[in-house]
Amino acid sequence: MFAAADDAHRTATRTMPAPPVTPLTTRLFRLVLAAVTVVILVAAWYEAEMNPAQLWRDSGNMATLGADFLRPDFTDWDVYVNAMLETLAIAIWGTVLAVIAGIPLGILSAENVAPHWMVFTVRRLMDACRAINELVFALIFIAAVGLGPFAGVLALFIHTTGVVAKLFSEAVEAIDPAPVEGIRGTGGTWLQEVIYGVLPQVMPLWISYALYRFESNVRSATVLGIVGGGGIGMTFNETMRGFLYSQASAILIMVVITVSLLDMVSQRIRKKFI
Amino acid sequence: MAAALQLDRVSKTYGQMRAVENVSLTIQPGERVALIGASGSGKSTLIRLASGLILADRNGSGSGAVHSFGIKVQEGGKLARDVRTARRHIGLVFQQFALSGRLSVLTNVLVGALGRMNALRGTLGLFNADERRTAYAALAEVGIAQHAAKRARELSGGQQQRVAIARALVQGAKLVLADEPIASLDPKSAKRVMDTLVTMSRDYGIALVVSLHQVDYATAYFDRIVAMNAGRIVFDGPASQINAAFLTELYGASAEELILPSQFVVPAPAEAAAPSQTVS
Ligand SMILES: Nc1ncnc2c1ncn2[C@@H]1O[C@H](COP(=O)(O)OP(=O)(O)O)[C@@H](O)[C@H]1O
Ligand SMILES: [Mg+2]
Repeated sequence: MFAAADDAHRTATRTMPAPPVTPLTTRLFRLVLAAVTVVILVAAWYEAEMNPAQLWRDSGNMATLGADFLRPDFTDWDVYVNAMLETLAIAIWGTVLAVIAGIPLGILSAENVAPHWMVFTVRRLMDACRAINELVFALIFIAAVGLGPFAGVLALFIHTTGVVAKLFSEAVEAIDPAPVEGIRGTGGTWLQEVIYGVLPQVMPLWISYALYRFESNVRSATVLGIVGGGGIGMTFNETMRGFLYSQASAILIMVVITVSLLDMVSQRIRKKFI
Repeated sequence: MAAALQLDRVSKTYGQMRAVENVSLTIQPGERVALIGASGSGKSTLIRLASGLILADRNGSGSGAVHSFGIKVQEGGKLARDVRTARRHIGLVFQQFALSGRLSVLTNVLVGALGRMNALRGTLGLFNADERRTAYAALAEVGIAQHAAKRARELSGGQQQRVAIARALVQGAKLVLADEPIASLDPKSAKRVMDTLVTMSRDYGIALVVSLHQVDYATAYFDRIVAMNAGRIVFDGPASQINAAFLTELYGASAEELILPSQFVVPAPAEAAAPSQTVS
């Protein structure tokens, strides 16, 4: 048995080519890559002022904070509910406006429907909308229209338009061109081609994308409040600054429940459309 | 009267591939012509050129002009300005139906009226009672009125193809170009679709060009056959001249593809019976 195995081994070594050796340049490159990674990690550690010891030194604070958070205080629940509704309202209108703007912009940035120069222009514009975070837009609009929910709506609107237009245009680019040619063949206009040939194909996906963005906009809208964009985030910020941790905890619980519920409902609806 | 379709030395090149090479072709009003050829011979390209869905080569050997009923579709590699006017009376039927599957059957047929109605009204989908009646009548004519409210994609292939034909009827097309309309259908549906096309052409005097790769269908339904090979028209004449020996002479080994695929016997075309009698 051993002999046979040995035989097989010998035949293998005779017929098999030598295993490949990693070239020196590749190994050197890997070494440099590892070194660079370590340098970046160390540099970033100091740049971010990482200091785990701080957590120990301030353990007293952490304990109070933790204890208060474990005793949520729902006394002012009606205030929180109102603030939560305001957050939802911000998310709703931010999303609705973005979808309204995203429909033409999405179509005009689809290579298979719009002329190249148009696609290029609209895409760069949408890139800019997406590149800048909602929070930054919120700060800009607060400067323009003052603190409050309207600034939040505008911030979500601009950023979400960039996202939605991109998602919408990708859906348009994936369509079957045949129905569009069917419309073109009857002598329909460009707009009629879009309405009868493109929209029926992308509608389910578009609805799904819009709902998905609404979900994430509810989350974003809570954060927007923290910089002054209205809603529950604003209330949360006030309780934190007043060291009212039990109330802050109640607000967080409410946010978590609302967002989870909405996600569940929205996911259900989205499944229906795909 | 101007020809239903006139191609003057039209060429189309894809990279190095000469899909259509210097083709001239005239189809008279009311005429029925089968366009045959093995796959890759340029049938689809020719039909797409004729309807202005693709542009001919700019610097081809000829003028590359396409006219339909005297209206220019394209010339010299440029689409005519008023190509939509030309398209209005050209009905297109595709192998894969090219319907909007999620829209209702009736809406798919109503689309045929777009070219004739006010652009804004058409864009908003505000079809009037008259247009709806015409569309419904066209559906009845091809025998699928009972499916009018369904989504187009819920219909069988043969039924969808008849929706496309109904759309051409609503369009008031005077020329119908059908690109392999029966290639995706079972023999029974194929016969029904061919019957519908030919009857429609006969009843309304619509010129009909149907590309086929099954020669037996071509000879059963058409008097005039145009045969393509490698982008050129290699035969244009009466169906009576077409037989296996002649096809082998034209196509060599690839003639097999034209003769063999339909092992079933092609049923005789329905006599000019009223198409409304065809019930699905
Ligand atoms: N969009 C295209 N891009 C590149 N080549 C194409 C394209 N359309 C057609 N062709 C080529 O042109 C030739 C003719 O094709 P086609 O007109 O579809 O033939 P048929 O309809 O007779 O099967 C084929 O060789 C095909 O590969
Ligand atoms: Mg083809």
